[in-house]
Amino acid sequence: MTDTHSGTDKQAGHDADSSPADAFLNPEETLRHAPGPYFGAYGGRWMPESLIAALDELQDTFDKAKADPDFTAQVADLNRNYAGRPSLLTEAKRFAEHAGGARIFLKREDLNHTGSHKINNVLGQALLAKRMGKTRVIAETGAGQHGVASATAAALLGLDCVVYMGAEDCRRQALNVARMQLLGAEVVPVTNGSQTLKDAINDALRDWVANVGTTHYLLGTAAGAHPFPAMVRYFHEVIGEETREQILEQTGRLPDAVVACVGGGSNAIGIFHGFLDDRSVQLYGFEAGGDGVESGRHAATITLGRPGVLHGARSYLMQDEDGQTLESHSISAGLDYPGVGPEHAHLSDIGRAHYEPITDAEAMEAFRLLSQTEGIIPAIETAHALAGAMKVGQRLTADLAPGEVPSDRIIVVSLSGRGDKDVATAAEYFDLLPDDSAEQEIAQEGEQL
Amino acid sequence: MTTSPGSTTPGSTPTGTTPSKAAAAIDRARAEGRTALIGYLPAGFPDVQTTIDAGIAMARNGVDLIEIGIPYSDPVMDGRVIQDATVEALNNGFTVPRIFDVVEGITRETDAAVLVMTYWNPVMRMGVREFAGKLAAAGGAGLITPDLIPDEASEWLAVSDEFGLDRVFLVAPSTSPERMEKTVRASRGFVYAVSVMGVTGARTSVGAAARAVVDAAHAAGAERACVGLGVSTAEQVAEIAAYADGVIVGTALVAALRDGGVPAVAALTKELSTGTGKSPS
Repeated sequence: MTDTHSGTDKQAGHDADSSPADAFLNPEETLRHAPGPYFGAYGGRWMPESLIAALDELQDTFDKAKADPDFTAQVADLNRNYAGRPSLLTEAKRFAEHAGGARIFLKREDLNHTGSHKINNVLGQALLAKRMGKTRVIAETGAGQHGVASATAAALLGLDCVVYMGAEDCRRQALNVARMQLLGAEVVPVTNGSQTLKDAINDALRDWVANVGTTHYLLGTAAGAHPFPAMVRYFHEVIGEETREQILEQTGRLPDAVVACVGGGSNAIGIFHGFLDDRSVQLYGFEAGGDGVESGRHAATITLGRPGVLHGARSYLMQDEDGQTLESHSISAGLDYPGVGPEHAHLSDIGRAHYEPITDAEAMEAFRLLSQTEGIIPAIETAHALAGAMKVGQRLTADLAPGEVPSDRIIVVSLSGRGDKDVATAAEYFDLLPDDSAEQEIAQEGEQL
Repeated sequence: MTTSPGSTTPGSTPTGTTPSKAAAAIDRARAEGRTALIGYLPAGFPDVQTTIDAGIAMARNGVDLIEIGIPYSDPVMDGRVIQDATVEALNNGFTVPRIFDVVEGITRETDAAVLVMTYWNPVMRMGVREFAGKLAAAGGAGLITPDLIPDEASEWLAVSDEFGLDRVFLVAPSTSPERMEKTVRASRGFVYAVSVMGVTGARTSVGAAARAVVDAAHAAGAERACVGLGVSTAEQVAEIAAYADGVIVGTALVAALRDGGVPAVAALTKELSTGTGKSPS
């Protein structure tokens, strides 16, 4: 932490109302490996003093670990021999027909152990927890993906694990709660506030303040106070590094666009990072548009939010005129968060990455399409990226030069997770459940959220 | 921005502004041989008029400083009692600008210094300068900021200087010596010594850590260090009075208001104030 940062000084010029200034983007300047605590006007440590010592300890441990060949070898070994990396890059030829005929490649994070990109981060942070001598990790979870991943890493490394999860989400995702319990974790239903992901984070922070001597807070996304955004990105950079190598190998060139879904934004920042300095590659983050951004029921934080502070970082935030956090809405629990990682806020402001909303309906159509054209059921979070890829593909193939064909355009999609966890939601959405089935009951309770 | 956390000393006042109201209130108590008693209530619980009435009742029954909290959607430093009260306040329609009505309503009727306790986003949303101007106009003493550390506070440091407002930062058992010095330097009025690692809420005992935090704050140059978190009885007040410049009571007063209304707040305040004498009576 320095005294000379620009965190609060710059805020006046970075209102959501002011237009993104591409002019700020200096092509000579690398955007890779941004260390924090600030990403332009965003990031920092808007945190109670009680937690600053723990954040300092974490930062120090992380800095030393990165420079320690033993640590990086440990991470690489777990990635390869436990998580199953490198994940595949699969060309989706039939799905591509729905994206204007551009070539579509899927970065298959769904094939990782536990079924999503989340494993990259939890393994790294759990190793850091061990290095700090902590015996207990706590985590927040929405749908349960990060909770399951955290419980997995804790089981593997012999750490106690407590997962905070909104009471409504617990009921809706009863099987994921059981999964975490089977892995030896304790799941605490959160009944505070709006009983959603943000309240689960609040309760995890309260636990952390009280137990910081023994406990590491294993935050699940590239948000929160420094060093979390830069650290979580670091553990996910492997996605982008692998992708860049694989796309060059398979096509001999860089893609025209890389797309990912953005809730907090961890899979997106991981894959974007591999291409940040390849200015010819367009980067797109797709946020949860819920019922449509005009409806007010959405989680399109960058699209419609204003800068503010929540959970330790300054970033775009869904808030009312009093600065109270607004409830977000999305069919995807993993995107249902009113904040977003600070590095995304910065990449948006400088025009390096572009963020757009995808409605529930658009996401579910892409969910159906990928399942039926490629035999891959994606997570509903990921379906937002797929719907975005369809739009980007249509745009990219609309203005071809003479002699060019649609398949000259290449898009990589971060297929961040598999859809097994979403089968009940999807079955209800597509009306595939008999009226008297138990699944129907569960899905209806979910709908009441 | 030219102001840094080192630009003022604790308890000092910027040129051309009023002296620190919080420091003056603590010093008045000290002159009477007492430690200062500081009472917390959230604004708008259950409504704005009750907060004003309860604040006046606290002042007339032995409180030297009053801390009024702004109900916020994500109060990570608060335990269940205060969370529930602030949720109710928001459900009852509390909006941030009404905080100034509460401050004005209490300062008009009493001599107590009135500080606002707030998470930072509502201030940032209104604009730090606009918020500070309105707080000063309402007669407020300054802000207690549980999730704002001096490292992030450059704008607030400058604006609080401009309006002569107190800025109370928190220090904790986990605070390093370097951060203690930095935070004490950045504070004006007093420093808020968090007694335990945890969130707000009554505890049966306030740990030995509290005394160590206060001693460290004094050693770092703080003229006034007040202890908060977990204090709920006159016995605890008396114990802390032996070494601290002020004692902050929150959850117990909120519970009293919830269960017995303004008369219960008045009675508890009177009871707590019996513990403030340096030598227990």
